[in-house]
Amino acid sequence: MNELIDYLVVSIVMISVGIYGIIVKRNAIRMIFSIEIIANAVNLTLIAFSRYLSDVQGQVFTLFAIAIAAAEIAVGLGIIIIAYRLYREIDVAEYRSLKG
Amino acid sequence: MIEVHIMAEQVFYGLAILTIGSAIFALESRELIYGAIGLALSMLGIAGFFILLDAPFVAMFQIAVYVGAVAVLVIFTVMLVRTNELFTKREDKNRRIAGIVFAFIFMIVIGLILLGSELSKASIGELKIDNITQKIGGEMLTYYSPAFILLALVLAGSIIGALTLARREDVDNSYERVN
Repeated sequence: MNELIDYLVVSIVMISVGIYGIIVKRNAIRMIFSIEIIANAVNLTLIAFSRYLSDVQGQVFTLFAIAIAAAEIAVGLGIIIIAYRLYREIDVAEYRSLKG
Repeated sequence: MIEVHIMAEQVFYGLAILTIGSAIFALESRELIYGAIGLALSMLGIAGFFILLDAPFVAMFQIAVYVGAVAVLVIFTVMLVRTNELFTKREDKNRRIAGIVFAFIFMIVIGLILLGSELSKASIGELKIDNITQKIGGEMLTYYSPAFILLALVLAGSIIGALTLARREDVDNSYERVN
């Protein structure tokens, strides 16, 4: 049977892929993809530990996390659409007026 | 019983390849719309892991929210902002190398810490609880009920916020029919 560490390794690899995306990509939608990948890796860790401890609380936390991530992506995509309307561009390097 | 275990092992490796491969594809595909489909596949792989980990309710929730709602939302956004700029732009080569190096360093360091710790020997063992879905409902409506209510408010707020952001002030709305 697969042990806890297998799931943790998959989760770490996914977090690394997400970090790579956030560092390298300058396309706003792809940055949202990276955030989603990291959020899912964290959910996988929560469920794996919930199974390891034979406790249902990790699953409840994961349900909350999924709902929050859905709310976040709705607002994030709305912001991207309005920024696209203003700048005709979805490259985050062009969003200069958000700079301090 | 042994055959079942071998099956689970193979399913695990298949899911791992599917999840990580389509996550990389989501970030590296040439067209953004294929990337959105890759992201949906990756989320589907995570749902498969949830089923392997005896969490079918969360897996169904994951499929409904991510593969259903979020993927469709992303695809609609990609289609709304479709221009030539959506093709992958010239990327800074140094930044790319730095990103790969940083991701590998992170992966190796955290992986070595985990593999060296006691968690690497932790065995999952038999599932000691039954009626998981019933227990989730009980937890949500008793101990976590304030968080549950707050979550509903957050969702309502985010929907209203997204609608407000998407509203255009400059469009003449006298064409809209008022009933």
